[in-house]
Amino acid sequence: MATVEVTFPPLPAHVRTARLVATAVARRSGMDESLLDEVRLAVGEACSRAVEAHRRHCPSRPIRVALCDDGERFEVVVTDAAPADADVEPGTGDSASAESPAGRNGTASGAAAVAAPGGGAPLQLPAGVGLAVITGLADDVRISPAPDGTSVAMSWKRRSAIA
Amino acid sequence: MPSRGRPPRRRDDAFTALEDFVDLKLGHSNKDGIEVVDVEGEIDVYTAPRLRELLIELVNKKNYQLVVNMEKVEFLDSTGLGVLVGGLKRVRAHDGSLDLVCTQERILKIFRITGLTKVFGIYESVDQAIAARKAEK
Repeated sequence: MATVEVTFPPLPAHVRTARLVATAVARRSGMDESLLDEVRLAVGEACSRAVEAHRRHCPSRPIRVALCDDGERFEVVVTDAAPADADVEPGTGDSASAESPAGRNGTASGAAAVAAPGGGAPLQLPAGVGLAVITGLADDVRISPAPDGTSVAMSWKRRSAIA
Repeated sequence: MPSRGRPPRRRDDAFTALEDFVDLKLGHSNKDGIEVVDVEGEIDVYTAPRLRELLIELVNKKNYQLVVNMEKVEFLDSTGLGVLVGGLKRVRAHDGSLDLVCTQERILKIFRITGLTKVFGIYESVDQAIAARKAEK
């Protein structure tokens, strides 16, 4: 059962609110301070992605964020209601809303995130960078179909559980 | 009569940040022929368009040597990275440069995860960034 659930309309301004709630709940749950920035960034990435998908396909429907602490892991699940073919990356290119077929099956790779290291053209962030960042931050990431859309579940082990 | 002032706030209350909301402040100035963009606050899906507009405006005004000072940036996500990459792309089209000033580990981490440390010049101070750029000329 989720410790805290938040739903918010798909407005970019509310992504910050979701980040703050996630960070606050993680801190209250006793997460190591060193992990709070990771939680904040990963939740922001997941919510940004969901907001962009909703704004294109179902702007009246809310996005759901569930935060759960089972004592050993802290898990955040961001669930959208956008159709399965609507996966997007929020504005990672030079345009305001670059659309992309980001990895729906959780195969995003941080190492593959940059296409042109060293300064050669083209210089544009490839698809799935947000998911790649999440993958690079969380201990475990699962991206799976939800009843109406997609859920991105990310979790962190407690530092004491790792040691 | 009761005070109408705000009650004392605890520093461990994460929502304090909501009340002290400074989303994004932007400024720019010319230093030794290089346009220095000062960014303060959070660069995310909500605020990044403003940074994008500023970078486009500077390039349109023929400023092709840019240094983005991120020392006061509290948060940066992939949307912000996209804007910086877009800015770099624009100045490079004019044989220009876009270097970054950042020493904060929390911000540097996202550059490392995405491999963008190989794309941007990242310096510890504005003076260092400018000196490095001048040395390349």
